[in-house]
Amino acid sequence: MSALVRLVDVSKRYMGTTALQSTNLSIERSKTTVLIGPSGCGKSTLLRLIIRLIEPDSGSIEFNGEAITPDTIINLRRRIGYVIQEGGLFPHLTARANVLLMARHVGTSDDEMRKRLLELCELTRFSANLLSRYPVELSGGQRQRVGLMRALMLSPELLLLDEPLGALDPLVRVSLQTDLKGIFARLQQTVLFVTHDLAEATYFGDEIVLMNDGRVVQKGSIKELREKPADPFVSEFINAQRGLALT
Amino acid sequence: MKPLRTKLVERARRARRSGASVFLGLSLIVAVEVFQASAYPVNVGSKKFTESYVLGEIARRALSDAGIAAEHRQGMGGTIILWQALRGGQIDVYPEYTGTIAQEILKSDHQLSLEDIRDSLGKFGVGMTKPLGFNNTYALVMRRSEAQRLGIRTISDLQKHPELKIGLTHEFLDRHDGWQPLRERYQLPQQNVIGIDHAIGYAALANGSIDVKDAYSTDAKIEESDLVALEDDLGFFPKYEAVFLFRLSTSPSAISALGRLEGTLDEQRMIRLNAEAERTKNYTSAANLYFEGRSASFTGESFPHKLARWTLRHLELAGFSLFLSVLIGIPLGIIASRGGLTGQCILGFASVVQTIPSLALLALLVPLPFFGISVRTAIAALFLYGLLPIVRNTATGLQDIPRSLRESAVALGLGPLTRLWEIYLPMASRSILSGIKTSAVINVGTATLAALIGAGGLGEPILSGLNLNDHTTILQGAIPAALLALLEQWLFDVLDRVLIPKGLRL
Repeated sequence: MSALVRLVDVSKRYMGTTALQSTNLSIERSKTTVLIGPSGCGKSTLLRLIIRLIEPDSGSIEFNGEAITPDTIINLRRRIGYVIQEGGLFPHLTARANVLLMARHVGTSDDEMRKRLLELCELTRFSANLLSRYPVELSGGQRQRVGLMRALMLSPELLLLDEPLGALDPLVRVSLQTDLKGIFARLQQTVLFVTHDLAEATYFGDEIVLMNDGRVVQKGSIKELREKPADPFVSEFINAQRGLALT
Repeated sequence: MKPLRTKLVERARRARRSGASVFLGLSLIVAVEVFQASAYPVNVGSKKFTESYVLGEIARRALSDAGIAAEHRQGMGGTIILWQALRGGQIDVYPEYTGTIAQEILKSDHQLSLEDIRDSLGKFGVGMTKPLGFNNTYALVMRRSEAQRLGIRTISDLQKHPELKIGLTHEFLDRHDGWQPLRERYQLPQQNVIGIDHAIGYAALANGSIDVKDAYSTDAKIEESDLVALEDDLGFFPKYEAVFLFRLSTSPSAISALGRLEGTLDEQRMIRLNAEAERTKNYTSAANLYFEGRSASFTGESFPHKLARWTLRHLELAGFSLFLSVLIGIPLGIIASRGGLTGQCILGFASVVQTIPSLALLALLVPLPFFGISVRTAIAALFLYGLLPIVRNTATGLQDIPRSLRESAVALGLGPLTRLWEIYLPMASRSILSGIKTSAVINVGTATLAALIGAGGLGEPILSGLNLNDHTTILQGAIPAALLALLEQWLFDVLDRVLIPKGLRL
């Protein structure tokens, strides 16, 4: 078993409503795992629990076989990249400063930083000329590429993406999807990707985790979900999205 | 070889650090200077009306002529403020009236002899000279034409005219020998009674906004404005003989210099000095009239010199208090931004302070041991006033940062202090700076009130001008204060460009 992250009986309640029922889940190394489901199904909660933006009510989350605790999380976060919609860039910092922020803090040398920055520009197909621009001076797609560079700067073992392409127009979205998939393959990156779009999930997912009502309904390849649905909801969800694509 | 950009960043960081220490050093110097501002051997105080100013100048002059260094803090306020200042040692001498001492300071309900008064004051460590020679009692005054038309000659005559509008100084309204007992004694029916500043009251009387006001019997305005004093036909007002009160610890030579003034000023002479002060708008020259013959060559401070002194003090008051507001307000705002009970308490406290009228806040601080009549008190009051805008803007600026960006900062692995310093505070900088700007403008405006407690600044000419009803003098303070506010506005616009990160201004 080469699971990088393991959730053991993890649950979370928000003000009386259950966001995540007791859940067990493994995220495999060097694979892209996609969390999919209708809004409010608990997929973002699961992601935020892993990077400890919220504390679980019960259960434990292991990273590389060790349980994550509030003491270890600060260092662990530097081994995890996190990308959200719009990129989550800080508006008062240039693209370059956003990308280098964390590297400066861990004391990376200037030479190394410059080398890594050029690598990342090339990897994400972001023009180095734009590095001194501020986020407001960049397009949505460019911002997302910078957000990705920031997440990849310290070569994280795990990359978390929370609906990263949600706010982009369709053409930009498709071009970024292609680039992202190429990048994941090239880096052999372990990725956990949250989306509500089945086509996107099918495109990226080595493993698809379908969630509903705060629990995992089925985990497997898209083929398995389609051919051996564990639950009527699985077929319903897949058919609804397929119908949407046709209209 | 480091890339140029990194070097520049480092240099900027170093510069900022040394800039901060220079700033800190400067403010310490200012602080020391401010806190040592009371080093004169003999401080003379006076109340906020012409006669008291003139008597204060006479005392200062008498002390100087006897070779004793003396300073006169003009128009510090009313009886209670002067009495507190005398007991607290911020002043050593001030002119007072026997009636006021008995009623207001000793709170006696019957007439006291001079000996009784002197004995009672002794218990407070305060001494009293013999009367200077005139009795300045309270009087009610009316326009002469109006009094003749209505046939009013005595206070009793007012009973027949309940429609008359009465405007009284706030002190007279509250005094134990003031309006309430007077109204009971004479059974006065008037309902329309308002509180109004003494000097402004004369203007109100002249234009008919009010019909009756309180005055002092030696007030030069009575003759000048063609007013009549109504006869106190029931003998209500006690005697108000002018004396000097002094701390018993004052040097014997100073006390004997004051003693030489006893019995030298009769009512006619005092009225003449008051009239001179009102005419020339210069208390020093009026006081010099008292020392006739020896005084011809004395000239006051030149206007540019005075203006520079006022402005510098004003900047010192506003600047130092703003510095403190920023220093304390931003951390409080950071704590308040986290919400909870502590946050609510901080915002609540700052809001409550803001609702206290500035005059009342000054009056509340004056009796406290560390403060008294001093620059310190003015700075403390201004500091408290400046707090709310900074605290509130810091808190809202931080709270307005979108949750997704806060979480991005956390998820990146930045520690709490780094997040605050490098992410949250810069993102809130526009809001924080606009809070500081509001505080600064409030401070420059409110600092004019510092003159009320003798702390100087551009309020000094404004206060004298109000007291003399002289618009030129008022403008000498008001125009520079307005210019300062404009200058400040411009300065902050520049500061915005320097301090708000470029990415937030695009």
